[in-house]
Amino acid sequence: MEERFTLSILVSNEAGVLTRVSSLFGRRGYNIDSLSVGETENPTYSRMTILSRGDVATRDQIIKQLQKLVDVKSVALMPPDNTVLRELMLVKVNAELPTRAQIQQIVDVFRAKIVDLSPSSLTIEITGEKSKLDAFIANIVPYGILELCRTGVTAIGRNSNILTGKEDKEI
Amino acid sequence: MRLKGAEVLVQVLIEQGVDCIFGYPGGAVLDIYDALYKAQDRIRHVTTCHEQGATHAADGYARVTGRPGVVIATSGPGATNLVTGIANAYLDSVPLVAITGNVARALIGRDSFQEVDITGITMPITKHNYMVKDVDRLADTVRAAFRLAASGRPGPVLIDIPKDMQTSLTEYVPAAPVTKTNNSSVDAASLDAALALIASSERPYIYSGGGVVISDASAELLALADRLDCPIGTSMMGLSAVPYDNPHFLGMSGMHGGYAASKALSMADLIIAIGTRFSDRATGNKQAYQTGRKILHIDIDAAEIDKNIVSSESVVGDVKQVLRRLLDAGVQRKPSDWAEQVHKVKSSAESRPEMPNDRLNPRSAIEAVNARLRPDDVVATDVGQHQLWTAQYYHFRRPRTFVTSGGLGTMGYGFGAAIGACFGRGKKRTVLFTSDGSFHMNMNEMATAVSHDLPVLVVVLNNRVLGMVRQWQTLFYENRFSNTSLARRTNYAALADAFGAKGYRVESLEALNNALDEALGLDGPALIDVCIDCDDKVLPMIPPGGTIEDIILKG
Repeated sequence: MEERFTLSILVSNEAGVLTRVSSLFGRRGYNIDSLSVGETENPTYSRMTILSRGDVATRDQIIKQLQKLVDVKSVALMPPDNTVLRELMLVKVNAELPTRAQIQQIVDVFRAKIVDLSPSSLTIEITGEKSKLDAFIANIVPYGILELCRTGVTAIGRNSNILTGKEDKEI
Repeated sequence: MRLKGAEVLVQVLIEQGVDCIFGYPGGAVLDIYDALYKAQDRIRHVTTCHEQGATHAADGYARVTGRPGVVIATSGPGATNLVTGIANAYLDSVPLVAITGNVARALIGRDSFQEVDITGITMPITKHNYMVKDVDRLADTVRAAFRLAASGRPGPVLIDIPKDMQTSLTEYVPAAPVTKTNNSSVDAASLDAALALIASSERPYIYSGGGVVISDASAELLALADRLDCPIGTSMMGLSAVPYDNPHFLGMSGMHGGYAASKALSMADLIIAIGTRFSDRATGNKQAYQTGRKILHIDIDAAEIDKNIVSSESVVGDVKQVLRRLLDAGVQRKPSDWAEQVHKVKSSAESRPEMPNDRLNPRSAIEAVNARLRPDDVVATDVGQHQLWTAQYYHFRRPRTFVTSGGLGTMGYGFGAAIGACFGRGKKRTVLFTSDGSFHMNMNEMATAVSHDLPVLVVVLNNRVLGMVRQWQTLFYENRFSNTSLARRTNYAALADAFGAKGYRVESLEALNNALDEALGLDGPALIDVCIDCDDKVLPMIPPGGTIEDIILKG
């Protein structure tokens, strides 16, 4: 049965690493629903968060294949009930004077923020889990979305679950 | 010691114990070749006719020695010509260090002359690759490449060295050679589960793969078969690990495996798969393969577990260590009449080769060579019918004596590989079985064999067609022989003479025997053109996705 899952991956902060990871997904036919990457507290590592889909066998294969990459220092399957998941989205929405107040209400309900405006549009920043962002989009669609971009999900374990890199693994 | 990058590279090669490398000079590796010139008393460099031949040579060298093979090529076309050879080594887990030159860093990304992104191109077919961007890190990068190529599940590693990195000066600090480490610990719980699974089995079948050869675990494998009194079938990559006359050996299993190997497998209640990845060519119908029996999978690569076949239990680790641990723990199976059942299958009429050997044909030709070779002589093949016939009829007696392209199935692999193997065995007798199709792909390497007076005997099983494809066209495409009947008029014997080797053409078994007696006594390369029928087939055959029920025994 196909399900969604989130992987956190610590990788060397070097050129070409993103290609190595994404081409592994490409050539073995794995799905990437979302991918985000950035530096970590340790400048030699970057951390990637990949949202993927597949049955348990595929999921396990993805993890094992990732672990074979030299630049991958650690892979964790993030448990949904013990992980903080966040995504940031920027939306530019049609906002003529009569509808501005309504949009402002939706923004307040979702605890989003208006970060820019023009005579005919508003730009809204919203952070949250994927489902919250999807719900926000559903509410804002009737006003006319002009532009939308999302960063992809990033994830961190709750409590003291910490992802650490292994440098001396044997491949 | 202040040295140029190119000199550091050569120093590290020497440091790593490399004494023979294969390659082809060019503009972006001039400095490396200059450094090799100065070190020619330490490292022999073999210039092939084509970079593809050089990678296959490095691959053949690695297969017979167990040490990483090294290949050097220039930037651009030199580098892309390595690609097939690198992919071939990747699929067969062969340790290879490929070194390419590239244009100077300032020229990279500008589509400069002979510039190509070889690290990008080879990313999916290497364990890892590097581009050297800091000459101070060159030595450690090369050391890391050797460690990575040989450790765990071996494979190819590529190092791309821009020209300015070869000419820049850096401080060279010698280091000890990297030795192959097997520090992977075997999980005790998985060993216990494996022992329990074997203990509950009445009819275990050992399916042994190339990992047994790589891990030098032949003795342990045979001890396990003795202990369990059970049959061994191998994948093609696993062939040389089991001496053909071992009483437990049933031959190769899979699409062109022997009847007994496939039949016994279908009767087993447990498959103990060791150092193998369950290729589709070896399993046939995967559902039928798994149904009605348990699978114990032992492999060093955790990602192979449950990738193609879902195992009941698995042990991840170096095959030799795992087998030792099982033997030390007193591995046993349930008593049964399994050995008698297997014996019956092995001596059944279906198990006898369909092809006669009283006249000249693939079987008698391979047997004639077999009768004349010593147990440790190396046999290489190209890819196609001749390769499977060799796998079926040649009697392998020692590990690392069979050099063949398993996973990638690379036609044109054989000549380079035989040359590399010959160097790896100190220029001892090496035989290449090939076909007219495969031979035409990379026959240029005959010139390399001549230049170095290599005792490589090329046996061309010449049926004037692309036989394996023709066999499929016969069986599955109603004799529509699309583009597989070759109208070539190559005179192989004259061609060999023209290259400076000795050539023979034989049309009878007697003539073959005479030619072999003469050719095997020569110090240099020779070729025997063996005329065979274009409709000789590789049998038995289990059609793709089929089972033992679908086996084709007669042509």
